[in-house]
Amino acid sequence: MSSADVSPRNGTAAIHAERLCRHYRMGETLIRAVDGVTLTVRAGEFVALLGSSGSGKSSVLNLIAGLDRPTSGSVVVQERDLAQLSREELSHYRLHTVGMVFQSFNLIASMTLAENVELPMRFAEVDRGKRDSLAREALTRVGLRARMNHRPSELSGGEQQRAALARALINRPQLLLADEPTGNLDSRTGTEIMNMVREFNQQLGMTVVMVTHERALAERYAQRLIFLADGKLVGDEANPVVVSAAGIESSGRETVRP
Amino acid sequence: MKLPDLTELAVRNLRESLLRNSLTTVGISVGVASLVAMLSLGIGLQQLASRRLMKSGLFDTVVVTSRRDLRNFAHEEERSGPAPGESRILDESTRQEIEHLPNVLEAYPDIRFITELRYEDKPHLTMVSALPESAKSNDAFEQMQGRFFSSDMAAEVVIQKAFAEELLGKTPKSGLDETNVASLAAPLLGKELVMRYAQREASPATSSSAAKGAAKDTSVASGDENLASVAYSVVSREHKLKIVGVADLDPESMRGPTRARVFLPLKLAESLHVMQPTDLREISRAATDQPAYSSISVRVKNPSQIRSIEDAIKKMGFNTFSILDATRSLQQFFAVLDLFLGIFGSLALAVASIGIVNTLVMAILERRREIGIMKAIGASDGDVKKLFFAEAGAMGILGGVIGVALGWAIGQAINLGTNIYLKRQALPPEHFWAVPWWLVGAAIVFAFVVSLLSGLYPAGRAARLDPVQALRYE
Repeated sequence: MSSADVSPRNGTAAIHAERLCRHYRMGETLIRAVDGVTLTVRAGEFVALLGSSGSGKSSVLNLIAGLDRPTSGSVVVQERDLAQLSREELSHYRLHTVGMVFQSFNLIASMTLAENVELPMRFAEVDRGKRDSLAREALTRVGLRARMNHRPSELSGGEQQRAALARALINRPQLLLADEPTGNLDSRTGTEIMNMVREFNQQLGMTVVMVTHERALAERYAQRLIFLADGKLVGDEANPVVVSAAGIESSGRETVRP
Repeated sequence: MKLPDLTELAVRNLRESLLRNSLTTVGISVGVASLVAMLSLGIGLQQLASRRLMKSGLFDTVVVTSRRDLRNFAHEEERSGPAPGESRILDESTRQEIEHLPNVLEAYPDIRFITELRYEDKPHLTMVSALPESAKSNDAFEQMQGRFFSSDMAAEVVIQKAFAEELLGKTPKSGLDETNVASLAAPLLGKELVMRYAQREASPATSSSAAKGAAKDTSVASGDENLASVAYSVVSREHKLKIVGVADLDPESMRGPTRARVFLPLKLAESLHVMQPTDLREISRAATDQPAYSSISVRVKNPSQIRSIEDAIKKMGFNTFSILDATRSLQQFFAVLDLFLGIFGSLALAVASIGIVNTLVMAILERRREIGIMKAIGASDGDVKKLFFAEAGAMGILGGVIGVALGWAIGQAINLGTNIYLKRQALPPEHFWAVPWWLVGAAIVFAFVVSLLSGLYPAGRAARLDPVQALRYE
């Protein structure tokens, strides 16, 4: 395993999953959405989780995001075992450590962009005045300052996803988790969004884990490609095209099958 | 999440499904309105009843007598406390002492005597009684013709209907007494009565200052200094009085000072020093200007305080008498009535609370995705729970405020309607509807609490929602 040389206790490891399993029952059948996945993501790395639908890539992302709990195994993010955290601690982790973007943007329809962006700060109990200026700043950064008082339905898909990115970054998390961020966008706006994600990865040093089924997209942006099929890790290769922002030299293709 | 943010988000969410939430709020307000209407009816009736009782003077009065009066009501009391012969005399200083007790409105002496009144040179013998100014509000004088005394010292009388008939030479009819007071009053108002009475007058030779001088003289054989001053004259006097009012009251039904046929202002009656039956008994005081009273009527602020005031007066060494039990059982009756009215009123609110549960559960189904998003971006279970609580609470407070207003309006409408009816029946208007401030506050708080309780289940359910499940479906 190429990533096995990085120990989970090593400071450079942002995420370490060990024999991660997520099983659930659907009627009589047991579905192994995630089945014994072991992987490590270094701090500042841009990793793509690839696989066909039902391969378990989104499930792995949800486990890393602390939205779901593993059936067995562990996910350690920044030296915290998410399986051991209480519900309260998990929500705190999601609030401060993780920023998420989704295929369907997931902005709250009844709120303006500014309100959507400042919502995580309300949960974090940031003062109103500070909230307003930070939300404005974040929306300016993604080029939506003029649209901040519009509702999501009044915006294009690309604009909505940019607002979602602004929201994901508002509490300054170290981890950006993106679930098919360009899935609902045309290729031009998709490129625009991906350039922004890459910018956050390189300029802010955020660790990025992106789930996608588009290999081409992954190869254009991710430093490492992890392949999943039927809940199992079936491939983990460095991307020679993309040079890591964290300064890790890509060492050619190597594929490991567990 | 902080409270202002919570409130803001809750109100925003309520506005999103305006129709549904408005209907739920209307449900709460109808519930609160029925509760307020029922309770204010109960409270109003209670106030009406106690107002009537207070006016009758029956339940807020303690009659104080001296233990020296052996014809008294409670014989067992004579065994405790000082012996009659050694106990205190009811006089002006005692009256002031009683008047200064807490919760006492006033204490006035009962002055009553039988004497002769001349009208157009014909003598009439009857019971005369003195009334304090406060008796004006006694409902015995509600249907009075003419007016009450112009002042406490005015040479004026109010006479009772039967006495008016006597003065006019009419024989009172037995059975149904339908004589119109107005027709009796018309020829009498403004006319003059001459009252003949026996005045007690201290003899100048043995006035109290002379008695003190005598006491210094050790040669007084009796050794009892008071005996030296025992002497007074009884002088026949006349006083002219103007008839200012004719009261339509039945003397046999009334108690205390109103049980007479002719009424004088209290201060005037006191100044006359009319010979009282007690004067004979209190012979040791007879020479002073200060008369002893046969009894004192004490009016208290609230019938519920009668017992404590009675105890305080008993401690001073007097006998007391009051009617207690009637108010007690009345209070009990109203407590039960209020309870039942409250339960019926609350039924509507209970139905409304089911409406809240329903609305919020619907909101969870509709807002599954939104809840999932909030959790994904970092909302804790507590945040989601609080948000739903805030929505329930906001509907509760709003419904409570509207409900109180509605209940008040219903009460006013019924009050108005009833008074129009009473007016048509030629009855005096009544205020049997009362919405005290505490009821306003309590109803809103109650609506709020009931709403929060209704929000308990939906909020818990929303908080437990699995974000992965919630976000899965478009």
